[in-house]
Amino acid sequence: MSTTAPHPSTEPSADVPTIVLVGHGMVGHRFLQALADRGLTDRTRIVVLCEEPRPAYDRVQLTSYFSGTTPEELSMVEDGFLEKHGIELHLGDPAEAIDREARTVTARSGLVVRYDTLVLATGSYPFVPPVPGSDSTGCFVYRTIEDLLAIEEYAKGATSGVVVGGGLLGLEAAGALNGLGVQTHVVEFNDRLMAIQVDSGGGAALRRTIERMGLLVHTGVAGQEITTGPAGAVDGMVLSDGGRLDTDMVVFSAGVRPRDQLARDCGLEVGERGGVVVDERCRTADPAVYAIGECAKAVDGMVYGLVAPGYEMAEVAADALAGGGALSFTGADTSTKLKLLGVDVASFGDAHGRAEDCLDVVYSDSRAGVYKKLVVGADGTLLGGVLVGDAEAYGTLRPLVGTVPPVAPESLVLPAGSGGAPALGPSALPDEAVVCSCHNVTKGTIRAAVTEHSCTTVPEVKKCTKAGTGCGSCVKVLGRLVEDELEAQGVTVDKGLCGCFGQTRQELYEIVHTLRITSYQRLLDEYGRPEARGGEGCEVCKPTVASVIASLAPAIGADGYVLADGQAALQDTNDHFLANLQRNGSYSVVPRIPGGEITPEKLIVIGEVARDFGLYTKITGGQRIDLFGARVDQLPMIWARLVEAGFESGHAYGKSLRTVKSCVGQTWCRYGVQDSVRMAIDLELRYRGLRAPHKLKSAVSGCQRECAEAQSKDFGVIATAGGWNLYVGGNGGATPRHADLLAQDLSDAELVRLIDRFLMFYIRTADRLERTAAWLDRIEGGLDHVRDVVVHDSLGLCAELESLMAEHVANYRDEWAATLEDPEKLGRFVSFVNAPGVPDPTVAFVPEREQIKPDLTLLSGPDIPVRTLEGTTAR
Amino acid sequence: MTAPTATLPKPSEATNTVIEVRFEGGWAPVCEPAALLPGRGVAALLPDGTQIAVFLDREGRPYAIGNRDPFTGAYVLSRGLLGSTGGVPFVASPLLKQRFELTTGRCLDDGDGEETRVPVFPARIGPVAG
Repeated sequence: MSTTAPHPSTEPSADVPTIVLVGHGMVGHRFLQALADRGLTDRTRIVVLCEEPRPAYDRVQLTSYFSGTTPEELSMVEDGFLEKHGIELHLGDPAEAIDREARTVTARSGLVVRYDTLVLATGSYPFVPPVPGSDSTGCFVYRTIEDLLAIEEYAKGATSGVVVGGGLLGLEAAGALNGLGVQTHVVEFNDRLMAIQVDSGGGAALRRTIERMGLLVHTGVAGQEITTGPAGAVDGMVLSDGGRLDTDMVVFSAGVRPRDQLARDCGLEVGERGGVVVDERCRTADPAVYAIGECAKAVDGMVYGLVAPGYEMAEVAADALAGGGALSFTGADTSTKLKLLGVDVASFGDAHGRAEDCLDVVYSDSRAGVYKKLVVGADGTLLGGVLVGDAEAYGTLRPLVGTVPPVAPESLVLPAGSGGAPALGPSALPDEAVVCSCHNVTKGTIRAAVTEHSCTTVPEVKKCTKAGTGCGSCVKVLGRLVEDELEAQGVTVDKGLCGCFGQTRQELYEIVHTLRITSYQRLLDEYGRPEARGGEGCEVCKPTVASVIASLAPAIGADGYVLADGQAALQDTNDHFLANLQRNGSYSVVPRIPGGEITPEKLIVIGEVARDFGLYTKITGGQRIDLFGARVDQLPMIWARLVEAGFESGHAYGKSLRTVKSCVGQTWCRYGVQDSVRMAIDLELRYRGLRAPHKLKSAVSGCQRECAEAQSKDFGVIATAGGWNLYVGGNGGATPRHADLLAQDLSDAELVRLIDRFLMFYIRTADRLERTAAWLDRIEGGLDHVRDVVVHDSLGLCAELESLMAEHVANYRDEWAATLEDPEKLGRFVSFVNAPGVPDPTVAFVPEREQIKPDLTLLSGPDIPVRTLEGTTAR
Repeated sequence: MTAPTATLPKPSEATNTVIEVRFEGGWAPVCEPAALLPGRGVAALLPDGTQIAVFLDREGRPYAIGNRDPFTGAYVLSRGLLGSTGGVPFVASPLLKQRFELTTGRCLDDGDGEETRVPVFPARIGPVAG
């Protein structure tokens, strides 16, 4: 079997059976995975024809592109998957004709592929109502990454936009437009929003919440004509009630239709309203042709527009091809939970109460925009429900459909703490309850992953069962189930920081803060694990506790100076010598250059210092200058010159704020809308020296072009015409993560206040060496929770967080200036304690590109004795 | 401007003890205990030119091992952090964090079957000679 793709030839090399897949969307890709899982990729040639220019991506999460997710991050194809399984993927080359007699498919490029089995996974296309003018410049659909890129570009010159369609996709599109700063109208033909999923009460709650966000909702009307200006571009829409909306753009998002043209053209049966007719094994009347996903019409007569049924069909088709026979597709659960414009919306089971004799249990709070309805049978069986504004209970309720819940239904919809019975947890679910409906994973399977496959964490269970890897709505329930199961097994997961402390970093922070403990030894002897008390501690907890004490120093009455008595011995070598240890035992020096702005005079001083001490110089990624190759005994002399010239420590050695990069901003740049350099300097000076669980990086961009790359930073700021947008949780490095938008259009003061709170909340709750990106992904509730805490003050912590930061700012002192003033501390900067004037001979350099590099040959052999030892004594 | 010159620590109180380390030629005085922070080390030279790393634990007991980190070849072990596990003190290399027992020189973190060691030098606190 071949291991690389694609083959140049269109013909199989031997008489290996060929499967041709038409369409590489989410369902198509799931089909490929299902083939691989069943070992079919080893014995068949697989050719994929894909219209889009990129491999399968997560269309469900499409809108997240506008909050910073890149097309690459949306990709669903694991690195190496296609190569490993020898799958030939032809991008940008859609199938155009099928010859069922000859069993060939012809692609747009002229490529002809013979098939033994053909699988159609062409998905659907957006429905554009037949409105005059719907093909004008400024009209869009909302389906692919390319559509989004076009909308984003066009929206830059638009002030208002109309979204046609108030269903699930329409509201996604409306949220996206609104996020692009366009005044957004939603035009919906039905009398309420999301008419398919929610009832009128839910639709009304949704509408109120959305209107509060500044969107304008028009229900019960249709677009009648799109009018254009002199240049042929959209300038308005006439509504069926005679009204008119002025608009610069129109996005059609009024539903989708199955893409079944290929099947029609080759004589396969399609449904009256579209969809390739298939049997319960997803096979068409032609036994060599299958259809799966949104292009197929299932045996129950439905065309499913959701990804979960599509996935199920992909599994069924792969099973049939593998000669299985166990699986069939006869219909699917259309339960959904999603977040539209930040509002939770869920519907499941018989949401509209169509069953006979069914009863409603409704909880409605218009003020809070919360609406919950359960549909219950006469015998108390839960039949379905609608949740708007608070869909927390979805994960528990959906799997209970068809059963009589063990508690009264009203207690399931009442808010927590309202006197009802305690809310039902996942532990109450029966084993056969489907927890992950995207991948059809039951609670029993999840339990087995823990009990039989030794999974102990949610990521492990996700990998083992695929649960939680679809829409992600069940991840919280998953976490509770894994915890319950481990607990039941008597496994206690040791979350302790290290062998010395059974507490997490977060717990130690609380102990240090509450009890005002300023001594590591006291903390170890009183709160350490019994076997560690009285010991030395270790290299993990010492710097961690030192960092917690430094972060809290003013609040607990400790000295914030990292080399203060009692704390100096806890610091890693970098913090201990206030420089970065390099591979040959030399150190590098990075002076702070706030915002990357530097005067020529200061630049000259850096050059002179580097020249005089023979240091290797390199510009860093954070807009400053790194000086390498200093011996430990040279550091005080180097810093004496730098401090005199007005430089401060850049904390390149600390788990603390590194730099706040900036672009040149409004002052010089013709695109800039704010003074990004000024803001970067202000932020860097405010947070310099702040000790954190890990390093902190930041940047400020002066406009949406984002030249400072703020979205790859722990906290990044991007200027808008109305102020600043704040992004958090970005990361470069080995696992890059785009930052999430925390808040928009902030004033200078609002921005600083939010960053104060965000950083202090992170410092308080993160694990050791956990960057903000990993922290946001880990903590329960994720970004939404962090936003609730730091923007809406849901925990009532904000005043305390702000005051902690105010104390940090007031007490900041440059560490190098302080050290230079302390002869005892300076005395530590020697190569040898008993030969202060003798340099370490193993720290030596050889030339490279007109500078120096470490002479590593000195380190490779046995010990090198130091000469000139006459008269060396203890004193 | 006058550049500060690196000098030996000036302990606030006069002491009359010294850390001594044994090498082939006998016991060599290295420095007074006050030159070290408990839980940290310093680099020192033996009279034969060997680089050693000298540490004090929190009880003030001295230890000495070779200063060379066998994993990187760099002479940096004196700059590592002290810890203990099961009552046995160790130093963690500041470069790649492998831990070495101060009493045996044995590495606690080397790969399968490997037995990496650093040399150990007996150390004691004695009175200042003369």
